[in-house]
Amino acid sequence: MGKTAAEKIVSAHAGMDARAGDFVIADVDLAMIHDTTGPIAIKAFEEYGKERVWDPSKMVVVLDHATPSPNERISNLHVLLRNFASAQDIPLFDVGDGVCHQIVVERGLVSPGGLAVGADSHTCTYGALNVFAFGIGSTDMSGVMLTGKLWLRVPGTMKVHIRGPMTEGTYAKDIMLHLIGKIGSDGADYLALSFCGDTVQGMSLSERMTLSNMAIECGAKAGLMEADDKTAAHLRMLGKSEGIPAFDDDNARFDSKIEIYAPDVSPQVSLPHSVDAAVPVTEAAGTEISQVYIGTCTNGRLDDLRIAARILAGKKVSPNCRLLVCPPSRNVLADALAEGIILQLVEAGAAILPPGCGPCPGTHLGVPGDGENVLSTANRNFKGRMGNNKSGVYLASPATCAASALEGRIADPRPYLSGKQ
Amino acid sequence: MENILTGRAHIFGDNINTDYIIAGKYTKTLDFTTLAEHVFEDIAPGFSQRVRPGDIVAAGRNFGCGSSREQAPIAIKYAGISAILAKSYSRIFFRNAVNQGIPCFLCDTDDIVQDDTVTVNIGQNFVELAEKGKRIPLEPLSPVMLDILREGGLVKYLKKNGKYILPR
Repeated sequence: MGKTAAEKIVSAHAGMDARAGDFVIADVDLAMIHDTTGPIAIKAFEEYGKERVWDPSKMVVVLDHATPSPNERISNLHVLLRNFASAQDIPLFDVGDGVCHQIVVERGLVSPGGLAVGADSHTCTYGALNVFAFGIGSTDMSGVMLTGKLWLRVPGTMKVHIRGPMTEGTYAKDIMLHLIGKIGSDGADYLALSFCGDTVQGMSLSERMTLSNMAIECGAKAGLMEADDKTAAHLRMLGKSEGIPAFDDDNARFDSKIEIYAPDVSPQVSLPHSVDAAVPVTEAAGTEISQVYIGTCTNGRLDDLRIAARILAGKKVSPNCRLLVCPPSRNVLADALAEGIILQLVEAGAAILPPGCGPCPGTHLGVPGDGENVLSTANRNFKGRMGNNKSGVYLASPATCAASALEGRIADPRPYLSGKQ
Repeated sequence: MENILTGRAHIFGDNINTDYIIAGKYTKTLDFTTLAEHVFEDIAPGFSQRVRPGDIVAAGRNFGCGSSREQAPIAIKYAGISAILAKSYSRIFFRNAVNQGIPCFLCDTDDIVQDDTVTVNIGQNFVELAEKGKRIPLEPLSPVMLDILREGGLVKYLKKNGKYILPR
């Protein structure tokens, strides 16, 4: 019997032949904390009475969830994190550097075949680089900080085969919302997703990150991609290790297999208040929107901003709608500035926010008012997600968000892309 | 961890995510009593006033899905909840709750209704609804989770053992 990529990566990190269902203790290659989950992890770590974390070079601290700080309470948590990083010699990414997951991939802090944990559920994003990566809580993180290890149950694998060309106006986000809508928000509980097929092979790393990022939204532990020339080129450019890629064996045991034929997938919108409430954009079109948010670790990268600018350039955002744009890292912001994208967005009426999570987790920088609807490129639309439980959050691709900002209501992006609008 | 826990049930449905347990805007604090003041606020307004020490949460499928924020089980713990019962858990929440030392178990929760008196017999793996004369079996926890719970959470477990030990 062959092995899945997940089984191979866990085996290599546990020093044993690990199979789905086995309990193992695995070595961790990278551990990430941020300003929501880090303080509790640090407090727990301090209880162990050990001065140093197991290996500061394998940790990273990122301030991203509430940056710049909106109040003194959060400022003091930022101080706590900065002091800890400094005392422990852990690399720190501070206000304006960007969202943790974007930074980890962009800086090449993980490589194929690695095992990474983050005190954030969207840590599964690194699966796009063939990294077995998953979110853990703060106390589990304190255990990693102490021992460099974590106990885990090896997940089974759901093979997600995506084939065929994506049609105009349909993007990685639409494929993922469609998949989550199909299997439900617990459809892959305790499983690793393993993405394959020519559609995935044709995607950029950024598009693959959009898929892997949202693996948790159907309950998956990881969202693994195969490493290929694009993965290797990215790491080579950074002067980083190309890692030891892991592939699913053909004769591995898969818990289930899902087929998606990309040409059948149209632009999607997830309705409030659940990510799996995904419908074709035509069914949601016309819904009034007061705020559009383009950004996040899911969908704010350079290619996403390019798509938005293509639709928005030379036009004006509806007077009934606010457009917030938050590049997910300083590098993305710099590249978008250099390309002239930011100017196009600003001239169309966008407010540009400092790199970070922005309004996605509902702390500041764009909390909607009572009864307002938001259309967002983020990964979650739970009630109250953006800070007000009397508002509704809809999810879509950057293209659908840009077209909707122009109309002040949910709009199909396809006419804008084909030049008919 | 007590072997027998008795409390009044609070019922929740399927897919209760950690944003619903504690909204993101309240999570940035180390003052855990403030978390308890806002627990379940977006889906069960006034819950923090209604809950009494020792009460039990009984939920449907995929309890605790979404964010990895450990503030969710911490809010439940500081609200005085003594145990959680659910048909299934989201993986990260399940670990976090056990790491916080909150007894949480898998069982069929369909027969439990709001304000039922529920007795969880951990030693013998069943839930008893005395008023209804009903017993519901609990799915056994994995041995490592049970060890962590018995120590009262992961910090105490690691203070004692210094490392993870997988029970054979």
